[in-house]
Amino acid sequence: MAHAYTPGLKVTERAVIRKTRRLPLLGEVLVEQGKAVSPDTIVARTDIPGNPQTVNVANSLGVEPEDIAEFMKVKTGGSIKKGEIMAEYRSFFGLFKHTVTAPVDGVVEMVSTVTGQVTLREPPIPIQVDAYIDGIVEEVLPKEGVVIRTEGAFIQGIFGVGGETQGVIRVAVDSPDDVLEETHIKPEDKGKVIVGGSLVTASAIQKAGEVGALGIVAGGIIDTDLIAYLGHDIGVAITGHEDVPVTVIITEGFGKMRMAHRTFGLLKNLQGFKASINGATQIRAGVMRPEIIVAGYQPKEAAQEHDLSQGLVPGTPLRIIREPYFGQLAEVVDLPPELQVIETEAHVRILRAKLADGTIVTVPRANVEIIEA
Amino acid sequence: MPEEKAALTLDREINSVLATDCGSTTTKAILIERVGDEYRLIVRGEAPTTVEAPFEDVTAGARNAIREVEELTGKTFLDEAGVITPRRPDGSGVDIYMSTSSAGGGLQMMVAGVVKTMTAESAARAALGAGAIVMDVISVDDGRKPHEKIQRIRQLRPDMILLSGGIDGGTITHVVEIAELISAAEPKPRLGIGYNLPVIYAGNKDARPHIKSSLSKKVDLRMTDNLRPVLEREVLGPAREEIHNLFMEHVMAQAPGYNKLMAWTPIPIMPTPGAVGICMQTASKEYDLSVIGVDIGGATTDVFSVFGEYFNRTVSANLGMSYSICNVLLETGVANIMRWIPFDINEGDLRNRIRNKMIRPTTIPQTLDDLIIEQAISREALRLAFIHHKSLAVGLRGVHKQRTIGDTFEQTGSGESYIDMMDLGLLIGSGGVLSHAPRRAQAAMMMLDAFQPEGLTMLAVDSIFMMPQLGILSTVHPKASMQVFDRDCLIKLGSAIAPAGPNGSAKDGDPCVKVELEVDGQKIVEEVPYGSMKLVPLEDGKRAKAIIHPSRQFDVGKGFGHTLETTVTGGVVGLTIDARGRVFNVPEDTSQRNKKLVEWFTAMNLYPAELLKKYAQV
Repeated sequence: MAHAYTPGLKVTERAVIRKTRRLPLLGEVLVEQGKAVSPDTIVARTDIPGNPQTVNVANSLGVEPEDIAEFMKVKTGGSIKKGEIMAEYRSFFGLFKHTVTAPVDGVVEMVSTVTGQVTLREPPIPIQVDAYIDGIVEEVLPKEGVVIRTEGAFIQGIFGVGGETQGVIRVAVDSPDDVLEETHIKPEDKGKVIVGGSLVTASAIQKAGEVGALGIVAGGIIDTDLIAYLGHDIGVAITGHEDVPVTVIITEGFGKMRMAHRTFGLLKNLQGFKASINGATQIRAGVMRPEIIVAGYQPKEAAQEHDLSQGLVPGTPLRIIREPYFGQLAEVVDLPPELQVIETEAHVRILRAKLADGTIVTVPRANVEIIEA
Repeated sequence: MPEEKAALTLDREINSVLATDCGSTTTKAILIERVGDEYRLIVRGEAPTTVEAPFEDVTAGARNAIREVEELTGKTFLDEAGVITPRRPDGSGVDIYMSTSSAGGGLQMMVAGVVKTMTAESAARAALGAGAIVMDVISVDDGRKPHEKIQRIRQLRPDMILLSGGIDGGTITHVVEIAELISAAEPKPRLGIGYNLPVIYAGNKDARPHIKSSLSKKVDLRMTDNLRPVLEREVLGPAREEIHNLFMEHVMAQAPGYNKLMAWTPIPIMPTPGAVGICMQTASKEYDLSVIGVDIGGATTDVFSVFGEYFNRTVSANLGMSYSICNVLLETGVANIMRWIPFDINEGDLRNRIRNKMIRPTTIPQTLDDLIIEQAISREALRLAFIHHKSLAVGLRGVHKQRTIGDTFEQTGSGESYIDMMDLGLLIGSGGVLSHAPRRAQAAMMMLDAFQPEGLTMLAVDSIFMMPQLGILSTVHPKASMQVFDRDCLIKLGSAIAPAGPNGSAKDGDPCVKVELEVDGQKIVEEVPYGSMKLVPLEDGKRAKAIIHPSRQFDVGKGFGHTLETTVTGGVVGLTIDARGRVFNVPEDTSQRNKKLVEWFTAMNLYPAELLKKYAQV
């Protein structure tokens, strides 16, 4: 294949960012093209059908299913309040009365003369989609949603948990090697996104939740700490819907892993800015990585950008993403075109890279990712 | 697939075939041509699949893969309209083009029936055999309360639902009850916002009017023959055909670029696993052997089995080697993975490595330790997927014998398993961890450990995963399909002799099996004690007469202690004699286990000798 390497995660101080904000069902778009929006602007809304409740009226009344229609007090399509009589059956010349009351407010949707079930539909549930970021409505997708465009800083993590939120960034450690501990979290971190270095501990996450922080960004996390935080293990890499107080974004991987200097440096520059973050990760078809967006951020000076249009070339900065050099940053030295035999005896395409300490190592191309600007 | 389309393609002589499989990450193209009297694979090409943004057009990936075939052959197969068919006098184009697809998540279905182990199970078999991933099975007796079922149906966004229940002329109440739950849930399809979800009704025909009144206003309702017209028979064909039709009409039509791809070929696009299943069935028939096939991917593991007339497929949707690798860890536990690793490793380190593979799924092992860990995980993924398969590859429960027509089978009754490991003749492995193992013996060992075949079994791997293309090809040209399957697709690893037993107690080193071989007129005798393994060189393509004498506590197919006279076949690995017993377990004590693993790995020449010596010293 043309590119035998992982494209890498974006870490850039200035990018054009587009976010598609789509309803789960067709509905109404509330903003027009060209309108300026902020994260909490509602851009589209719809009603999803209310929850259904099924009640076996035939059983409750002690009648045959085919007869229940005649005992219904409310006909199909009619509204009823919780506790009101939905069906009534009098036997022995009215001496005995059996009733069924509505368990919820709703509309009688179906009366089944086969099963004796009555389906009550609760009122529709409104669903709203907000803009999530500051920006301009670039495109309206009729009845579905909008595309919002902005420019600003954009950082992708490798893995995250927790959904969309916004908060002001605070870097709580001095270096990308530092572990984010409980002691780094302060009461004034309420509503903030806290940045750590090589690792976030379980107690730090807990403290962040207690003070009301909304997000944590760190290089690594210990897998058992993540399980303890979520209350369950993660089997497949689809996250973002967890009911957790703090969205956690990991930039490097599992274990203690120094955050890439570039990522840490950019986050330091972004300190004090309001960020939109999302921990949602999906590593299947339609890859989705967690993200940190600071809309409108203007870097003081343009950073040196690497031309990545050629893919891997000598000089390309990269990160090694598998043992035995996992997590190390390096620079491409040489890209032999022929397949080479590695320690496992597999024949693969490799590259030679210079590590930060000057050592030249051989690595399969599949095990590196370009550090993208 | 529709008969008229098959007939249409065979009106002319087929000398060249181009077939693609649009997988979730890679689109693979193969070119097959007639060379003399036989059909052979000429070249293959591959390119990333382009269903997702920014391309959102599957044909872009298909074109790229085919372009690689063009570059390798120096011929032209594409023009602006698509694949050129039939082949032109100037040599451009091919006689026929076809494609399979699992891109964009493949075909995802929910199935429902009245009784979990009867109609719901039949519905699951119909969906799985058609190539679907079954997201959930809903039944009246599944233990969930009605509101929980409704909630679940609402949460899922399948591509379609298959609803069954009741025998023709029987009670309609229960199946209507399930239909009412579906109606209440108002499920929406995964693709195509604003479209109605297709629901296939394949239950008691007397309930059709009620099903219609419950569902027709809310979903795209289709009716087909009852899966269980009578309790003793299962008729899966019509439902599977309807699933394939809807896959084309609805799922494929909604997926980006598929309308264009469909216009390139006169043959309906088939779900990838459905095509692999057809390939396995054709192979079983051709070789006259019982077959088990496994395809272990990044997200899922599919297991296929053909025993006699019985075909079954299961998909373990969350057992895989990258995206779902953490689920393997979750389901089997870290101890079960560590039992296949012959060196000490910190549990936390192992867990973190597995997580890091999940979040960076395209990486490959660079060190031998890492390779051994990955192959240990694969043994567990394969083992769990096979357990899952055995639970579904069973006869109709609680009834007398008999199933019917086509893909339906004669029943053994009472939910007995069809899987008879002693009867298994061919075990085929597919998927990166097996097909791309640096030493072929590693693939053989992973399959032996996970499946534990008994008696005499041929082991093979799919060289480049072209079974989907060969499966769809076999629907229009079985001869070409099987010739390529035999000559270019299968890499034969060699026969494996694995005595079942011991019947009673036996200890390591006790006599287990003696094998007398006659190869090229030369006689070889191998005696392998219980608890050991032996690899006997026997080249690919060579056959040898074998007289296998199990000791009285062991069985190789003729009964305990009875001799089997047979022919064994060589392969790229050789003839394996696996005298570890069946079912075997590795020792629980770590040092004993490590010693035993090193002994087996050494016998099978699995890894470099110096490395194994290092482990042995530790």
